[in-house]
Amino acid sequence: MNRELFVHNSIVIRNSKVYKNGQLIFEAETDLSISKFLKKIYKQQELKYPKFFKMDNLSKLGYLGVELLTHGDIQDKETALVFANSSSSLETDTAYAETMNEFPSPSLFVYTLPNIMLGEISIRHQLRSENVFFISEDFDPGLFVDYSKALFQQKKVVNVLCGWVDLHNNEYDVFLWQIALSGGKKFNEEELKKLYLPTHE
Amino acid sequence: MSRNYLLNDSIISPLGFNTAVNIEAIRNSESALKLHHYSKFFENGYYAGLIESDLIDRKFNTIGDPTLFTKLEKLMILAIHQVIEEATSVDLNNTGLIISTTKGNIDQLGKNEFPTDRIYLWKMAQVIADFFEFKQKPIVVSNACISGALAIKTANDFIQAGRFSNAIVVGGDLVSEFVLSGFQSFQAISPEPCRPFSNDRKGVSLGEAAAAILIGPDDSETKQKVEYIDAVTANDANHISGPSRTGEGLYQSISRLLKNNNISTTQIDYLSAHGTATIYNDEMESIAFNRAGLESVPVNSLKGYYGHTLGTSALIESILTKHSLLNNELIASYNFTELGVSKNLNIIQNNENKDLNLALKTASGFGGCNLAMFLKKERI
Repeated sequence: MNRELFVHNSIVIRNSKVYKNGQLIFEAETDLSISKFLKKIYKQQELKYPKFFKMDNLSKLGYLGVELLTHGDIQDKETALVFANSSSSLETDTAYAETMNEFPSPSLFVYTLPNIMLGEISIRHQLRSENVFFISEDFDPGLFVDYSKALFQQKKVVNVLCGWVDLHNNEYDVFLWQIALSGGKKFNEEELKKLYLPTHE
Repeated sequence: MSRNYLLNDSIISPLGFNTAVNIEAIRNSESALKLHHYSKFFENGYYAGLIESDLIDRKFNTIGDPTLFTKLEKLMILAIHQVIEEATSVDLNNTGLIISTTKGNIDQLGKNEFPTDRIYLWKMAQVIADFFEFKQKPIVVSNACISGALAIKTANDFIQAGRFSNAIVVGGDLVSEFVLSGFQSFQAISPEPCRPFSNDRKGVSLGEAAAAILIGPDDSETKQKVEYIDAVTANDANHISGPSRTGEGLYQSISRLLKNNNISTTQIDYLSAHGTATIYNDEMESIAFNRAGLESVPVNSLKGYYGHTLGTSALIESILTKHSLLNNELIASYNFTELGVSKNLNIIQNNENKDLNLALKTASGFGGCNLAMFLKKERI
């Protein structure tokens, strides 16, 4: 099987702004802390998911991105999650390390792996599906294309949700999209770069 | 589509600095787990498998300057070096490098011994790739404790996608104060060497190790070899740090793997389990294995020999599974006393020679991730 694949929705969260399919859908004051910015999206979207408040900021970014991308509804429970970022869980690693001098915090330690975000998304949407988390210096569309195509070719999935969710020093960069056998733009490296970059400043 | 095999490999652990020494050690029931005292998080010390830095530096001296690399980088470089030395099919222009790690150089956090960007996993990967002058950008898989086997799957899939001709998969993680204190904060560290699946198990022991293996096609017809068949992952969708009570994700990964490959449980000769020796993990595995109909398949956990080596564990265990298949040898589940899970399992209690063809490797980790992988011996 070598059918063509398509990107059928995308979300970018960057510089206090949220874009859906290239259109600005939310904007906050640029001087907000990341925690306040994320809470503002949560409220504006009228989300009701108390677990949100226990998550670290990296998982919050992934959770919110998926809610915005899917309107909180993922029908296919075998939708695979193919994710990557640059800084792993370094933000929470640093926060946890600070507690090591007094009382090491188990509630922080649990977030010191980047794939915990995949666990949070899977719990929220009850996905018992394929997971992978890659680390690359910059957004690398080839990783997503090669890994996702293999999942389709091996007939393991009919839907994949991809995500670049990076957070470091309060700077965040989020790009999420869905891939399916039909839909909008063709799923290849060039199209992904175009979807990722236009709002990149 | 080309088939990929598990080819030359290397294990660097407290039990020795190559695979052969490691196999000989576990065959002779040696364990890397020893009592260590210097951590402030353990008043009475803790059991772990540690590799002395001095020993690493002496070994490393023959191939490079030990002052330029972190402890973990040196371990991974040593492992890759052995594979490259032995494997004629490695071509630095076309061979990929895939790195499996959970915490990388986390022991360097807040220190100034190396440039601060070495804390980034991609930077550590690039430093390792540059040591050998790999032309392909290294790929990092960081998916908790299934990373080592997931990296093998990634190698297979990326070779089939034409990204590279073959790939070296390397795994490494350290027993850092960071990880020790974290597991201790969960009260998950055993006060004695870990006892997977036993009724007197009291938690995990951690271990450090690096391992590397060449994955790729192989045209040689002179020997038996072990083929990568397939791997499936599945999330529990239940809890981010605790295993599912029903073993759902692990069960799903195994049952999908069986179905995808038209394989029945009666064909499986050996099951290499994750078996961390925490109360809940081992119980979860027993439930998942029973739901999948694997209760009579000979099974072991190798954590009693090495401790839990995190991002390396599923890779080391895959390498040792490969050698079990080639040697027709089942290795005893070290430190096992009496079955302490609610469902029956056929724990391997003594080393045994037996004709082996098909093995199932499983792994589970934080974030609710699970993986099941088939490895098969090909006879010529």
